Amino acid sequence: MPRRERRSVTGVERVGAYTLLRLDRGGLEPGVPGQFFMLEAPGRLLPRALSLCQASPGELAFLLDAVGPGTEALCALEPGERIHVFGPLGNGFRLDVERPLLVGGGIGMAPLPYLATRLGRAPAVLGFRSERHAEAAALLPDAEVVVEPRLVTELIDPGYEVLACGPEPMLHAVAAMCPGAQLAWEAPMACGYGACYGCAVDVDGELKRLCVEGPVLEAA
Amino acid sequence: MRLLNASGCLDALTAPGVARSLDGFVTKTITPLPREGNAPPRIAETAYGMLNAIGLANPGRERFLAEALPQLRELGVPLWISVGGFVAADYAETCAALEDVEALELNLSCPNVDEAADSAAEIVAACRAVTALPLYAKLSAAHPDLSEVARAVAAAGADGLSLVNTLRGMALHPRTHEPVLARGQGGLSGPSLKPVALAAVHTCYAATKLPIVGMGGVAAGRDVVDLVACGARDVALGTILFSDPDAPTRVRVEIGDADLDEVFGTAHESAAVHA
Repeated sequence: MPRRERRSVTGVERVGAYTLLRLDRGGLEPGVPGQFFMLEAPGRLLPRALSLCQASPGELAFLLDAVGPGTEALCALEPGERIHVFGPLGNGFRLDVERPLLVGGGIGMAPLPYLATRLGRAPAVLGFRSERHAEAAALLPDAEVVVEPRLVTELIDPGYEVLACGPEPMLHAVAAMCPGAQLAWEAPMACGYGACYGCAVDVDGELKRLCVEGPVLEAA
Repeated sequence: MRLLNASGCLDALTAPGVARSLDGFVTKTITPLPREGNAPPRIAETAYGMLNAIGLANPGRERFLAEALPQLRELGVPLWISVGGFVAADYAETCAALEDVEALELNLSCPNVDEAADSAAEIVAACRAVTALPLYAKLSAAHPDLSEVARAVAAAGADGLSLVNTLRGMALHPRTHEPVLARGQGGLSGPSLKPVALAAVHTCYAATKLPIVGMGGVAAGRDVVDLVACGARDVALGTILFSDPDAPTRVRVEIGDADLDEVFGTAHESAAVHA
C-alpha cells in the first residue's frame, strides 16, 4: 500500500491556462510516470486524482486545470498550506520502449514531462485548444505543438511506439492509428485504490476499475 | 465496539492493510448471478455527501465462493458477507452456501437496483430457515415507519440490524442540468447521512433492543461515540475510507479512552427524546 502523508505546498505557478502545484515530497515515492496521486481538495469531501507532472529533487509537482470545485480549491492553495497526498497509485507507462513518441492533448500533457525525464530523450507532440493553453508546452521544451483546429494526431508518425494521454476522442483516434500504444485514461474516482468501484471503464468488453487496471492501458 | 467497513466501501483484496486495520471486513453485496454494475459515470460529489450508483457490481455467488472467499479467509480478518438478491430464495440460497464466517448481512435496501419484491421480513425468515450464522438485516432509513420494519425483521429471526444504507439522491451538471450519474439517481452517503443514521439507530434500538451496526457519515471518533450513544454496538466506516484509508486507525485514536460501555444507549435516557 502506498503512503498517505500531509505535505506542504512549496509553489503554485500559472502555466498558461493551467496551474502547476508543487509539494514537498516527504516520504512519498514519485512512482512510475502515468501513476497518480489522490490530493486532498480543501473543503471537498473527496480527493482528486492527478498524475505526477514533475519529480524534481524533494518535490512532487502536479499540473491542474481548474474545471470544478475540487481543482479550483487545489489551484487556490498557497505556499505553506498542507494537504494530504496518497500515492503513487495505479499502473503507469511501461518504459521499455525502443522508439517512444509522447503524445499529449490539453491537460493530458500532465504526465509527459516526468515521463520524458524517465525515458531520457523522447520526441513529443502536443495539441491544445488555444494559444494560452499551449503555453504549458514550456514544460516539455522540445515538443512539437499544434493548436486547434489542427489536431495532434496529424503529427503522429506511426513508426514510433506511442505513449499518450489526453481527452477520450484523442485516445480513441490514437488507438485506431497505433495498435499497442500505451494510453493513459481518466475517470472520476472517489478513492483511487479499488475501494469505491466508481471509476469503471470498458476494458476488453468488461467494466473494470481504472484505478486498479490502469490508468495506463494498452490499445488493443 | 467492533469497527467495520460499510459494505461496498472497501475491497480487502486490493487493500489488505486497510481490511486488517478493521475488526471485521464486510464484503460487497453478493448476488446469485454476476453483475457488471451500472454504466459510468457512477459517482458524483455534492456539497455535503457523495452519490454512487455502482449497481451491486460483483462476480456472482459461484465465483465469489470459489475464488474470492478463499483469498479473503487468508487475510485473517473476521468476514461479514453481504448478501443480496431480488426474491427471498436468492438470499436464502446464498446464506445456505456460506459457513464459517463471522456474520451475514442481508442487503435489503440498495437504492441502485429495483426494490426487492419480497418484504424484508420474508427475506429474513427464508434465510433464518437455512443458516445458524448471525443474520444482520441492513435497512434503509427511507422507510416511513422504520420501527415497524425493525420489529418485523426481529420477529422473523434477525440477530441484528445494520443501519443505515444510503438514501436516494441526484446531482445535475451545473450548465446542462443533466444528471451527473448515468443512472440518473444514486445513493447519498457521507456527512449528510450522520443525523439520519443517529435517528435510525435510536429508533430501531428503542423498537427492538437488537444489536446494531451503526453507519452513515462516520468520519471521526466523535461520530462513533454518538452512534453508540444512540444504541449501536458496532460501527462501520463508509465514505471516509475513500478519502482516508488510514481512517480506522485514526478513529480509534480519536475515541481514545472514552468508555463506550458507559456511553452506550445514553441518548435514550432523556425523557424529552421521543423515538
